[in-house]
Amino acid sequence: MRVSIFQGKTIRLGLAAALVAVVSLSVLAQQGWDTLRKDGIHDPRGPGVKELQEPAEALSKLTKDNTGNQVRWVQALEKGEINPRASIRPDTKIQVYDSDVLLNLKGGMPIVRFPHRQHTLWLDCTNCHDHLFKAETGANKLSMLSILNGEQCGVCHGAVSFPLTECFRCHSVSRPGQAPKPTLPIAIPHGAVPPR
Amino acid sequence: MGAGKLVLTLLFLAALVGAVPPAAAEYADVLLNRRSEKEGMRPVVFPHWFHRIRFRCKVCHAELGFKMRVGGNDFKMSDIAEGRFCGACHNGDIAWAPDKCDLCHSGKRGLPTGIYGGHETGGPGRW
Repeated sequence: MRVSIFQGKTIRLGLAAALVAVVSLSVLAQQGWDTLRKDGIHDPRGPGVKELQEPAEALSKLTKDNTGNQVRWVQALEKGEINPRASIRPDTKIQVYDSDVLLNLKGGMPIVRFPHRQHTLWLDCTNCHDHLFKAETGANKLSMLSILNGEQCGVCHGAVSFPLTECFRCHSVSRPGQAPKPTLPIAIPHGAVPPR
Repeated sequence: MGAGKLVLTLLFLAALVGAVPPAAAEYADVLLNRRSEKEGMRPVVFPHWFHRIRFRCKVCHAELGFKMRVGGNDFKMSDIAEGRFCGACHNGDIAWAPDKCDLCHSGKRGLPTGIYGGHETGGPGRW
């Protein structure tokens, strides 16, 4: 009997320790940038790593994020911390389109505000229209399942632009009666009708 | 019995620790290895962060025609030498020329083509 209590405690202690280890490892992974030698995809014995720029050297100077490259790329651009070229050919037409689209009007999560301006600072219209999204409000059936599967917004978000863990950067407009900044996890009981 | 439970606990812990990805790549790093290793070269590492500081997405993904899907762009060194794809900039004028083999072909051998650095959702991503 005593032994089994001891075992139960051991298991619980072990589980707690493992959770702490996992959380602290994931937090540690988010602090600083790996060197190229240690990043797991560069050949540490190859000549390239001696010459290539280290991520920390370039990224530590930019507006900090807590995820992805740990850089707020749009803010870094808007603040002039970086000045990336918008074209390399003289005849390329550069367009920035300033219009917001509200999406997910009937869902339970806060409404999505899609800002064209921030997207077109980086991207060309043809990167999304019309092969990913029809250029007509309401004409696109969006789903988080598709997005998580690397389609629609998920072509970029979750791969190269801020990841899908940042729910409220997109779901940013609260509905009437909704807390201004919901915190995860949102517990909605089964069968409950979300506020409209 | 006690030893069995201890072993199970240890296995569970090992699985948890193993589930944490090792420090791997910078977010959005792409590894290209369709042909490199078959041709005797290290695979190519394409770091999005490095290029994004210098060029907006639209330069490569609109002007140069790079599709926004890893593996969707089938090109060879001959294309680059003739000024297409990477060769539009990597020509010794805008960026280093293709004779600097080791700067791009700097990846670890044996890794498959893909996007690295973690998408952090753990969902059914197809990257």
